[in-house]
Order: sequence, then C-alpha cells, then structure tokens
Amino acid sequence: MANEEIIINNKATEITEESRYTTLNLGPTHPATHGIFQNVLTMDGEKIISSEPTIGYIHRAFEKLAERRPFYQVTPLTDRLNYCSSPINNIGWHMTVEKLIAAEIPKRVEYLRVIIMELARISDHIICNTVIGVDTGALTGFVYLFQFRELIYEIYEEVCGARLTTNIGRIGGFERDFSPIAWQKLDKFLKEFPPALKEFEELLMRNRIFMDRTTNVGGITAEKALNYSFSGPNLRAAGVDYDVRVMNPYSSYEDFDFIIPVGTNGDVYDRFMVRQQEMWESLKIIEQAIKNLPQGPFHADVPDFYLPPKQEVYNNMEALIYHFKIVMGETDVPIGEVYHAVEGGNGELGYYLISDGGRTPFRLHFRRPCFIYYQAYPEMIQGSNISDAILTMSSMNVIAGELDA
Amino acid sequence: MDNTAQEKIINILREKFEGDILQIENPYNFLTITVKKDKIVELIQYLYNHAETQFQYLTDLCGIHFPDQNQIAVSYQLHSLVNNYRIRIKIFLSADHPVTPTLIPVFAGANWMERETYDFYGVIFEGHPNLKRILNVEDMIIFPLRKEYPLEDQVREDKKDYMFGR
Repeated sequence: MANEEIIINNKATEITEESRYTTLNLGPTHPATHGIFQNVLTMDGEKIISSEPTIGYIHRAFEKLAERRPFYQVTPLTDRLNYCSSPINNIGWHMTVEKLIAAEIPKRVEYLRVIIMELARISDHIICNTVIGVDTGALTGFVYLFQFRELIYEIYEEVCGARLTTNIGRIGGFERDFSPIAWQKLDKFLKEFPPALKEFEELLMRNRIFMDRTTNVGGITAEKALNYSFSGPNLRAAGVDYDVRVMNPYSSYEDFDFIIPVGTNGDVYDRFMVRQQEMWESLKIIEQAIKNLPQGPFHADVPDFYLPPKQEVYNNMEALIYHFKIVMGETDVPIGEVYHAVEGGNGELGYYLISDGGRTPFRLHFRRPCFIYYQAYPEMIQGSNISDAILTMSSMNVIAGELDA
Repeated sequence: MDNTAQEKIINILREKFEGDILQIENPYNFLTITVKKDKIVELIQYLYNHAETQFQYLTDLCGIHFPDQNQIAVSYQLHSLVNNYRIRIKIFLSADHPVTPTLIPVFAGANWMERETYDFYGVIFEGHPNLKRILNVEDMIIFPLRKEYPLEDQVREDKKDYMFGR
C-alpha cells in the first residue's frame, strides 16, 4: 500500500512537456489589448506555444437589428463597427442603398465624400500607428498626433454635428453643404498636419529601438495573407497591391492620382510604414478633391429617400408626404441583391444586402475586415513572446467594434 | 465585370459541372450561380485552380434564411485578384438539417466565417476542426439570425406590413 502511494506520487510530480506550460489569460480587459477580447495563451516560459482567441464580448447583433429597421436607420449601426473611421462605414452603407435603388449621384457629392472618407482614413491610421509607438514605449507621438485627430473631428462636427459616431450624410448625399467654417477647418488641418506627421515619422521611422522592436515581428507571407482573406494595409504590407479604391473604384476614386504603398515582409514595421505612406496619399487625394471640386447640388434627386428641407415640409404638401413616408420607413425599395465594398481603414468593408421589397433589409451582412484577419493572429504570434504579441495585435489594428459587430 | 468575362466563366463551369448548376443570375452586374450542395467544395477548388479564373480570394461567406421555403442558403463570394472578377456561389440547404462540407482546405480564412454562419444559422460544416459558437455565448440553444426568432415583441401590431399598405 505504502509502495503504491509512492509510485502514484512519483507520477504526479513527474515533469512532462505539458506540465511545464503556463496558461495565461491575456484579456478580456487588458490595457494593452486596446479592446475587449480574450486570448488564452499557453506559455513555455516567455515563449507562446499556442493561443485561443475568444471574441464576441461586445457583440450587439447589428445584422439582426438591421432586419427590423428602415434603410436610413441602419446608418447609426454602421457607425459602431469600426468606430475609429465611422464616416467610411456610413458612406459605404449609403452607397450600397444607392446602388440598390440605382440613384444617380452628383459629382460634387462624390468628391465631398472622398474628402470625408480620406480624413477618416487618416484618423484611423493616426490611432493605429501612434499606438504602435505607445506599445514600443514612445508615448510622445501618440499625444502629439492626437491633437490632429481632434482637428479632423472638428471638421466632422462642422459637417454633420457629431464627432465619433458620426451618422454622416444621408442616402443620396449630405444633409447640408460644407459650411465656410468647415472649409476653413479643413484648410487649417491640411496646413498643420503634414509637418507634424513628418516630425512623427522622424521620431520613429529610422529609430534604432523602434526598428529593432518591429522588424521581423509578427510577419505573414503574401500567400498566407491571401489564404486568410486579409485585406487593407495588412495585406498590402505583405506585398499584395489589392486596394478596393483602385480595383473597383467607387465614388469617383478613378479621378484621383495616388499610389498604393506595399511592403515586403508583412511584419509590424511594414504595416506601420504602409499606413504611414497611406496617410500621405490620403492628403494628396484630399488636396486633389478640393482643387477639382465640381459645382452642383450636395445631394441626389431621390425624394423617396432624401428628407426634404424642413421649411418645405411645413409649406408644401408633396414634401410633407415624402417626409412622412421616409420617417415611417414606408418607401418602396426594389427587390434585389447587392454587394458593395469600400476600402475601410482596415480593408475591404463589404455590405451584402438582400432586399425583398419590404420596409427593412431582408438580410444584411457586413464583411468586416477585422473579423476575417484576426483569425490568423494565433498563427502569427506562435513562437514569439508576449511583448511581441501585443505589438502584433496593435499593428493589425483590431477594433473590437468591427470584430464583434 | 463585362459580359464576355461572365460568358467565359460560365462556359468554364459548364465544361465540368454541367449538371450541377441550378441557376445563373446577374443581379446588379454580379454573377451569381446556384449549384447543388454536394459539389460546392470541388467547384470552388476548380475555380481556384483554373488558369483563366483564379478565384483565389474568399471575400465573404454568410448564411441566409428563407423561412417560406424552409431553406438556408450559404452564399460564397469569391474574387479573382488577377483578373478582377467577382462571383457569388450559392447553395441551398434544408433548414431542418443544414449540413455542408467545410471550405477550410481551400481557404484558411473560411474558418471563422463558417463558425459565424454556424453560430447564427446552425449550418454544420462537416470537417471543420473547431465548429463552435464565436460571437454568441456558448450555452445559447437557438440560432438567432433565423427568421423564427423575432427581434421585437410579437404582440406589437403597429409595425406589421399591413399597417403600411403592404
């Protein structure tokens, strides 16, 4: 009996490969994950053996909610997908509906949209890139560039009245034309931002510490990235020049002259550099859009979807009828199946809309780039250590809102 | 995508899968092909490898519930980055027992998209290594995006279609 016990005890204390491993919960709430998602890591000392991501902590059932809402009420839901660049989400949704109803959009609207979408892209990339800086220990760039994100938010505020969850524009165009103050603020931003961005670049781009921390960290090959359906800056960093703006131009992007920056290794440094270069390209696009801005109306002629001016509603019977029809969601929509993709801050943001002619979408599916490329994360961090895993996550720009819908 | 390219893709598919194509549509200039469910992986693999199509990018994968036909459709959207073709391939499954093979051998990215489709529609992807809920809580017993689960209180009458003359 005593002998047996000793044998059992021996077995228990025997050191196997697995018993050396530590299980570590990274998240759900951890300041370094910049969002609510959990990773259960199996660690061998400092080395990550495997990880199991758990997502869905802020799932808000947008696809189900959208099935009970008239089309114009879906826009505020899209705000909350990638909340760092909500205007792109809003405008992408408007364009999907416009495609369904075959609305003709004035050139001026498309140019104004391009300005807003490129501003949103800049603000999205500012967050991602400065946070990479923070995670490598350089807080300065983060605090410094955030004042320019503030300038972008002030432009949104002048155009639509909101800052973060913008609900910008309407189906058919904008609710009002850009005010003179909005143009002034845009000019101020375009004048003050490039020197600051240059300074930020000089702070990090050739910084020895930054480069040592980011090169060859969290890399992915082009084949793997394509197989995992990566899109946006993360795919381009791996060396594939896929950009929806060029491949399937929408909103007059074919009128603008810009390049698609691509990387080679797909590591953290490449992703940083691609985003950095994209900001310069966005500035170029905005300048071209302002220079060539056509005159004309700021909304399309779609009375079934675009709210008439309030004064008209009070004084004109037809306007009152349209107002009532739109607000009650009583507008007739064609039966159809539409897919529309825009280049969001993180990649191909797609809207797959099926309409059965009812007052609400029959089915609406968001193709959320974050959700799709985050599944490669366990593979990308395998064999690295925690500090690199954190850096990989922030350089992939995983936004919890977009991840969980 | 212009008409000649669509004709070309349809002909390439017809060569090998003549009997399996159920319907060819083109809503809003997006080639949509409905096929028999048992050939789906083979067909996508064929489009992936064929030199003239090279559909090597999985854009989207999602489910759609049609309560009237008691069917669940799975919609695959592929993109050929070389030729810039887009195609949508649909299969229809019975809503009582929706089973279809997994697409992971062709596209690693199908993993979470299939988990999401399982989570919301209950579609079982045979051969999936980790088919469990992804966005909803694990002890949920329903598949919430199916139409039989209403979002709002069913006693509400004011949002019924007949209130809007439909």
